[in-house]
Amino acid sequence: MMNKSEIKTQEKQAASLPAKQWLTLNINGTEKKLELAPWTSLLDALREYLGLTGTKKGCDHGQCGACTVLVNGKRINSCLTLAVMQENKEITTIEGLAQGNALHPMQTAFIEHDAFQCGYCTPGQICSAVGLVNEGKAHTDDDIRELMSGNICRCGAYPNILEAIKQAKGEMNNA
Amino acid sequence: MHSFSYSRAEEIASAVSKKAVGQQAAKFIAGGTNLLDLMKAKVELPQQLIDINPLPLKSIEATENGGLRLGALATNADTAYHEQVQQQYPLISQAILAGASAQLRNMATDGGNILQRTRCYYFYDTATPCNKREPGTGCSAINGFNRIHAILGTSEHCIATHPSDMAVALAALEATVNVTGTNGERSIPMLAFHRLPGSTPHLDNNLQPDEIITSLDLPPQGFAQHYTYLKIRDRESYAFALVSVAAALDMDGDTIREARLALGGVAHKPWRLPEAEAMLNGKTPTKENFGAVATAYLDGAQGYGDNTFKIELAKRAIVRALLQASSKK
Repeated sequence: MMNKSEIKTQEKQAASLPAKQWLTLNINGTEKKLELAPWTSLLDALREYLGLTGTKKGCDHGQCGACTVLVNGKRINSCLTLAVMQENKEITTIEGLAQGNALHPMQTAFIEHDAFQCGYCTPGQICSAVGLVNEGKAHTDDDIRELMSGNICRCGAYPNILEAIKQAKGEMNNA
Repeated sequence: MHSFSYSRAEEIASAVSKKAVGQQAAKFIAGGTNLLDLMKAKVELPQQLIDINPLPLKSIEATENGGLRLGALATNADTAYHEQVQQQYPLISQAILAGASAQLRNMATDGGNILQRTRCYYFYDTATPCNKREPGTGCSAINGFNRIHAILGTSEHCIATHPSDMAVALAALEATVNVTGTNGERSIPMLAFHRLPGSTPHLDNNLQPDEIITSLDLPPQGFAQHYTYLKIRDRESYAFALVSVAAALDMDGDTIREARLALGGVAHKPWRLPEAEAMLNGKTPTKENFGAVATAYLDGAQGYGDNTFKIELAKRAIVRALLQASSKK
């Protein structure tokens, strides 16, 4: 049991709940000002506050990869970071990969190889695959499979995803 | 997620003093990959998050004695792919890359890696008793589903395992954990960093509430010629170890000068028995010699039903890892 002063302290803390704060996120080359509570994940900020619903919420626990975005060119799970922690960084989502009407080579390759069925994991797969090529550590098919293991596809489109990544990897490296 | 306050720490001293004031209600956040997950599961409910990412602890630098210092905020990916880590400490690199996913390794830090908490199902499930989560409530795993649980160093209060791969390699290489607290700096050998559950399973390690990990020191000897990190798991990638073995040998021709062996997935901490390692000094790398060490390592192991298979699995994994390490050129 709490005594009265403890309850008062708790009420006081509740009354002074950390307010939402203004922060600036650089998303797909554009600065966005947002008023967010500290506990808003980057994923929720993108989907619920910025209308960027291309990034998907799958497990919300970092296990499925559907929420993968690029931060300073590196792929991360946007569900496992707070929006407030990503100020002053360059965030790229699936919406930011195309140049105008020209799709990113990875997007084109996914279409050409039919690398999805339901498509829910696809934005995460594509952002993850772009990060994989940027990292430059995948040299064999097995390397690609291993380094894409953070992206689950429950339709089982893995063979076509692999082929798509191989095609785009060649194009991106020759670009 | 629940509500909490958020602030950034720009200096180690201010991070430590903020943490000292907040005590258990305050948590440092770096990569956040484990902490935020635990907060979503309502296992961790800090009232205050202190973001330590601004601290100057990201570098990986050679030390004067010929070793290497890994900054606590260096990411797992940057560490695993660091040129000197790959050349001098390939065991560390291999262990890190055996864990998590590429996305998580880009976020997770070296300090956070060794502080990550168990993936025991009951620890995560707030509807069940768990002495680690809520001391005194009991252990649901001992008589429950315990396929992933510990077989060594357990207690009647907890049979959770430590989930890190990197920590197993760090233990084998006798790394040191450098920490700073309100009373100054100290260094803790890896073997003394994590704890056995005993009657206090809520304590994973010996870091004090006001202390922060600043770096991990690797000694000069990296066993880069003869090493293996062997990880056995239910799927081939992106899964925690059922059993893992970090094996490192210093060899003179066909004679073992020194052996290091640490097990993961079997205990509350990386499991190392220096006196059993010493059985290999001056010996040749044969299945029989390695089998004797394996038997010594699993001496006293206890299964709890679902996880009893781990005892034999660990013995075979030790022999295989040592054979691989000894034949590596």
